[in-house]
Amino acid sequence: MKEHAPVLIVVFPIMFAFITPLLGWIRKSLCYPWVILALSLSTICSLITLEEVMTGGVIHYYLGSWLPPWGIEYVVDHLNAMMLVIVSGAALLVAIYSRRSIEAELPGKMVYFYTIFLLQTTGFLGIVVTGDMFNLYVFLEIASLAGYTLIAIGEDGAPLASFRYIIMGTVGACFYLLGVGYLYMVTGSLNMADLATIIPLISDSKVVLTAFAFFMAGIAIKMALFPLHVWLPDAYTRAPSTSSALIAPLMTKISVYVMIRIFFTVFNPSFTVDVLPATDILLWLGTIAIFGGAIMALAQTDFKRMLCYIVVAEVGYMVGGIGVANSIAMQGAVLHLLNDAVMTLGLFIVAGIVTYQMKGHLLSDFNALFRKMPLTMVTFVVVALSVIGVPPTCGFFSKWYLLQGGIMAGAWGFVVALLLSSLINIILFFRIFELGYVFQSDGSHHDHGHGGFIHEAPASMLLPSVVVALGILAIGIYNQVIINNIITYVIPKF
Amino acid sequence: METASVKPVLAIAVSLFGTLLIVAFRKKPNIRELCTFIIAFVKFGIIASMLPAVLAGSRLRCDLVDLLPGVGLAFRVDSLGLLFALVSSSLWIATSLYSVGYMRSLKEHSQTRYYAFFALALSSAVGVAFAGNILTLYLFYEMLSLSTYPLVTHHQDSEARFAGRKYLTYLMGTSIGFFLPAVILTYYFSGTLNFTEQGILTGAASDTMLTVVFILYILGIGKAAIMPIHAWLPSAMVAPTPVSSLLHAVAVVKVGVFSVLRICLHVFGPYMMHDLSLNVFLLYFVSATILLGSLFALKQDNLKARLAYSTISQLSYIVLGGGLAGIIGITGGILHIVMHAFGKITLFFCAGAIMVNTGLKNISEMRGIGRKMPVTMAAFFFGSLSIIGIPPLGGFWSKWYLALGCIQVDQIPILVVLLTSSLLNAAYFLPISYNAFFADQDRYSEVREAPLLTVIPPVFTALVSFLLFIYPGVFLDLAKMTAQALLGG
Repeated sequence: MKEHAPVLIVVFPIMFAFITPLLGWIRKSLCYPWVILALSLSTICSLITLEEVMTGGVIHYYLGSWLPPWGIEYVVDHLNAMMLVIVSGAALLVAIYSRRSIEAELPGKMVYFYTIFLLQTTGFLGIVVTGDMFNLYVFLEIASLAGYTLIAIGEDGAPLASFRYIIMGTVGACFYLLGVGYLYMVTGSLNMADLATIIPLISDSKVVLTAFAFFMAGIAIKMALFPLHVWLPDAYTRAPSTSSALIAPLMTKISVYVMIRIFFTVFNPSFTVDVLPATDILLWLGTIAIFGGAIMALAQTDFKRMLCYIVVAEVGYMVGGIGVANSIAMQGAVLHLLNDAVMTLGLFIVAGIVTYQMKGHLLSDFNALFRKMPLTMVTFVVVALSVIGVPPTCGFFSKWYLLQGGIMAGAWGFVVALLLSSLINIILFFRIFELGYVFQSDGSHHDHGHGGFIHEAPASMLLPSVVVALGILAIGIYNQVIINNIITYVIPKF
Repeated sequence: METASVKPVLAIAVSLFGTLLIVAFRKKPNIRELCTFIIAFVKFGIIASMLPAVLAGSRLRCDLVDLLPGVGLAFRVDSLGLLFALVSSSLWIATSLYSVGYMRSLKEHSQTRYYAFFALALSSAVGVAFAGNILTLYLFYEMLSLSTYPLVTHHQDSEARFAGRKYLTYLMGTSIGFFLPAVILTYYFSGTLNFTEQGILTGAASDTMLTVVFILYILGIGKAAIMPIHAWLPSAMVAPTPVSSLLHAVAVVKVGVFSVLRICLHVFGPYMMHDLSLNVFLLYFVSATILLGSLFALKQDNLKARLAYSTISQLSYIVLGGGLAGIIGITGGILHIVMHAFGKITLFFCAGAIMVNTGLKNISEMRGIGRKMPVTMAAFFFGSLSIIGIPPLGGFWSKWYLALGCIQVDQIPILVVLLTSSLLNAAYFLPISYNAFFADQDRYSEVREAPLLTVIPPVFTALVSFLLFIYPGVFLDLAKMTAQALLGG
């Protein structure tokens, strides 16, 4: 059974998704435990797979026992083993958190929501685990379509936001497909490992270069790389809280993963770095993304929208780190994949809790929250400190490696962008802390201890938040363990 | 000689645990305050128990998990760190007593939050004291900035909000904008961040780069209030006075100068400071702060503001010690950490006692108050003598050593700066006491001495300042040990 773990990770959510409507027809309240069961099984399989990869090396799994390059192959190395754990774990936490949120925001739609939720997770997991280019496209489309649906059922303006996302996202996916098509044309293969051996033989072909360009453009749209990020703020802000909590931490990070796969596994590093100046372009785009995201975030009065721009800036961190193209910066970028997924998850869960309690997600909804929801706000403070980059949270360490890599390569624009972004994040979050803290203008000293009854978030929402906060601290303190055992194997040889 | 010991971690963990206890007992104020006291005593006890080993010449270390390749969360108790930890933890006990008197007299709100973050701040301060490498120091340095923010903004009015923003802008802006890049560059050049007596940057990079790194450190350690990174300190005076006394006379600002000393002495080292002329640069740079701080202090009518500018000036004396980079000078600078702490905290305690008792904040209104509050003003007088550096108060010793240190390294202009500043100190302190006792005023007919719990602490710290003159023993030994370990004999 253990050797089927890679495929089971994807099978569980999709099979459970098909059964969910049936279950919902019998009794609606069964859906919630059902989803949690599906994602728990998936997470367990991911952990088993990670353990296998750490002890045994890369796993090759052939679907239906058909050998590549004709059969579809799942390849799990350290990078995607880590990603699998991140995706399934994050989805599980969001699922646990989701019940109250869906009851409040989408009454009566629970059954179908959970069905699509599971399909979305299937899509994400499939993208990460596969070793076949076209199979990746299939899962990419599953994930995207599920995503469009989950976003469209949100607040006012959600259908339009989703529609913009559909247009841009489909263009992105089509570019990816075109890239796959061009490669297939000249190589006759869809298997990543196979392509990696064939492409160097034809690397001066214009078709290969075109394919590369299409990949870069398509993935840039999917990962919301500035300036192709315009779909993201509206889509994630207007979506229901659970949808944004699921999609925001994962979609962009998975796209960065796909970029790493294509740039360094399918095409080899010397092609990407030396033959094309792809990494130089990425460095500049990343730096601009950090500045752009940070400045736009300052201008927002809506909390979720501010988070969206923070996500755009964080993508800039990772892309810039890859663009620096030395092993320390790459280490930082990959660690940041993990860190940013966890941090974004925490931020959007807090946003969801605030929406649930205050029926809104503007910055002003944070008024006096330290008194009303102390535990939630403590977890929020931990996540915020990680985004700012205060040790010993995980955000500090990925920022350190990125800075160190940038200094070593002389990428001063990137270094300045990272430092400036930390400073701007301080402003962004302390603005909110000030609001949560209650400043009065009369300077009176009376005890405002119990003005407004204290109303902490419900346990099912609080628990994932606390897990994320503890995770941030643990990942930070033990970052060397993660790097030495997983990430070092992932860094390409520059 | 280094021995492994878990005591440094215990000393830090005790008050972290204390924070939880304080929050747990939020509904029972007396037990909550008792927790603070017990934790403070335990902490002091643990720190004092390390004294014999360190005085005998060994160092205690404790290495926890590796945070970066080759750099872990590491603790090292040497003479300098132990000196600072002793000062902070002993004064926490005094401040806690004072806090109870102050907060209860004023019926302050959110006292649980206050005591809880206070405990957290002390954890951070001791964490800085015992940090074994720059990364650990940076970690606790940031923790201190964050844990003192709720204390500075305690009153939650618009003044507090503005002061809080200034506080964070200066402290975190400099720590992320300058301090962090300096740390990364140090790691990049030398591959390690550990504090060692020989310094870790010898030959690691070009002279220009090393000078740049040094300047980044000086600008980045905003807590040392070296001009121009000083304006946060007077603004932070909006905090309740116990916060101003412990944090801004002792913990926060001393963390700043302590960090600067660590950088000068154990990262760069006195020899490198000489070679790159960094010591001369530092001497002249902080002389400006010493003089300007005192000049600004003369202008202030608000008592706490005058004390704040005095602090800014006095802190640079400590950095001056590092800049002198000779055995006597370094000893003087380190000793001044102790003397200034006890002296200044006395002054702040008295300022708070006056405020609690009469509501007065400005010096011009305090004429004649000494006749009604003799004990308080007597403590104030002795505290100010210590800061000026007049025997029989302890401050005399640190200024004496600093003056001799100037002569030892042939920096006579700096000696002039020191003497001028002492004159200025007298100019802005002595009139306060004189007018308090001898000026004519009739408005205090109902005023009695301040509440007992706000009077005992300043009397105690003034007494200690006196005792430190007669017997500077332990602290002088620790300071001399540090200097000798660096420069030999």
